[in-house]
Amino acid sequence: MSKFAIMAEYETPAEIMAAAKKVHAAGYQKWDVHSPFPIHGMDDAMGLDNAKVGYFTFFGGLTGFTVGMTMQWFMNKFDYDLVVGGKPLFSGFFAFPVSYELTILLGAFGSLIGMFVLNRLPRHHHPLLANERFADVTDDKFYVVIECEDDRYEEQATRALLENTHAVHIEMVEDAQ
Amino acid sequence: MSLEAGQPVVQTTTPKELVREPLVLNNRSLGWITNQVVGIIEGDMPKWWNIAFVVSALLAMMSFGYIGYLVTTGVGVWGLNHPVAWGWAIVNFVFWIGIGHAGTLISAILFLLRQKWRTSVNRTAEAMTIFAVVCAGIFPGIHVGRIWLAWWLFPLPNANAIWPQFRSPLLWDVFAVSTYFTVSLLFWYMGLIPDLATIRDRLRKNAGQCKTGLDKMINKLKQFLYGLFSMGWIGSNRHWRNYEKAYLLLAGLSTPLVLSVHSIVSFDFAVSQLPGWHTTIFPPYFVAGAVFSGFGMVLTLMIPMRTIFNLEEIITIRHLELMCKVIMATGTIVGYAYGMEFFIAWYGGNPYELYAFKNRAFGPYWWSYWIMISCNVISPQLFWFKWCRRTPWFIFVVSIFVNIGMWFERFVIVVTSLHRDYLPSSWGYYSPTQVDILTFVGTFGLFLVMFLLFIRYLPTITIFEVKAVTPQADPHTVEGGADKVKGGGN
Repeated sequence: MSKFAIMAEYETPAEIMAAAKKVHAAGYQKWDVHSPFPIHGMDDAMGLDNAKVGYFTFFGGLTGFTVGMTMQWFMNKFDYDLVVGGKPLFSGFFAFPVSYELTILLGAFGSLIGMFVLNRLPRHHHPLLANERFADVTDDKFYVVIECEDDRYEEQATRALLENTHAVHIEMVEDAQ
Repeated sequence: MSLEAGQPVVQTTTPKELVREPLVLNNRSLGWITNQVVGIIEGDMPKWWNIAFVVSALLAMMSFGYIGYLVTTGVGVWGLNHPVAWGWAIVNFVFWIGIGHAGTLISAILFLLRQKWRTSVNRTAEAMTIFAVVCAGIFPGIHVGRIWLAWWLFPLPNANAIWPQFRSPLLWDVFAVSTYFTVSLLFWYMGLIPDLATIRDRLRKNAGQCKTGLDKMINKLKQFLYGLFSMGWIGSNRHWRNYEKAYLLLAGLSTPLVLSVHSIVSFDFAVSQLPGWHTTIFPPYFVAGAVFSGFGMVLTLMIPMRTIFNLEEIITIRHLELMCKVIMATGTIVGYAYGMEFFIAWYGGNPYELYAFKNRAFGPYWWSYWIMISCNVISPQLFWFKWCRRTPWFIFVVSIFVNIGMWFERFVIVVTSLHRDYLPSSWGYYSPTQVDILTFVGTFGLFLVMFLLFIRYLPTITIFEVKAVTPQADPHTVEGGADKVKGGGN
């Protein structure tokens, strides 16, 4: 059993927002806010920049479109060139609907996979998942968690910082591994 | 009264403040929302659930039985014949695929338009989309006749060294429908992740209350499964940031997707040369009709559900009223399209086109045309009256009419355009057989089986999104704790 993090519990979004601003101002890096739903303005309070999921979506979509066009060219013009109804063997117009659908299909996979990759999920063994009290995070409670590995972490000072906010409960989270 | 200098001529008045109806009634707390929604899954299902499940399962089995009969005997068991070679199978396919469109409209388009009321209804509507697409997918698969060759629709290498022919809109449809199903499923699953985590955590908290060993085992198993699919979600704000972005992108991708799917379905008809099918109005008209029919089905399912599971405070009358307005708007668009088709048939000066439309309204299938008009054009106009939009049993009745009307719309398009060919000698009258009818009826059973299982095992309301639109979730309100923090939470 080693110490994983210090966890403070809050009851309202406004209180945790104020706490998050304080923790951010104190210069912590390895810390997080946990809430049952995304809180508006929390990214700014925590000093987080824009999410990078869009790159995954874009490359997914681009792959889909390229694959769609190439596949239809290969199948109908190159490998099996059969004239049907006097129409051209390949044209970007008739190939568009299928390529368009594949753009969306792979773009959607890109978005979902991008979200998982950037969030390092799935992760079923997180120390917080073993904490009794933390189970309310998916119901109606809000938590600030500062990891012990953070460079600025000092048990007394960090606890004092959190005690100075509207936390209703503060405890150490153990890591069972 | 005389006016004095400097006094405004019109006295300043304060207009009466319009109060917006809240999205969750009675200012309920965040915990109440969790309890109310997850309580449905945790509690025992009412008796009717078992009865409904058995009946639906029997209907679904009947459908599969008839499909087995079709496969072993041949398409001769259907009423198809020359010249009507597309009958109920295609009608049912377009009907079911159209139903799905309301789910995507609610989950994606209303999300992009920042319509917060969507949060109470999007989960059920998206579930309906997926189940409807499953039912839709059956029909093109079985109507190919030799069902064991249906895989030829996909671009897979085969022993004959031939490839599918991509100049045909039927093949575009294969891609449109399979993409639609997959993306709807991804979008739905992504929305489920935080809610599955909620169920997982509640199961963990309730584990101590299990009395018997069996209860404990079931609890463990459920914890494992809900936990597995919630991907270890811990509500981290760093996760929410990527999650919200991915959700927005998926909504942005689903919007052009849903518009394209029914456009491509309409290409199946519009790209042909047949009078009655060969019209440019088809794509927008099909999309509007799909949304119209989908909202009909959403209301048909949701009105009983909200009453039975006491969800009236989350799916409020205001939600129903807003959906009725969508029905009215899309119903009017559909009515306009019916009128415009006739106008163009006359104005275009093509005698075959004009004949096809006259034959639709006054030919041997006049009855189906007028059922369609009364259900789709007349019935939604009742929603101009506020009472009609705010009375659940009345909305339910109209929603049934919408479902019926939209099935007949597809029947009218498919059958009336086909049954009179250019050559009068090949004219015919199409009637479905028992196999046609009961296969279709059975798909409602399949649809309901899936829907009932969904109610039983998954949260029917998007818990985290509903919480996020309550005043308790806003750090700038008193309910959100703004008065407790210096500077009002800013």
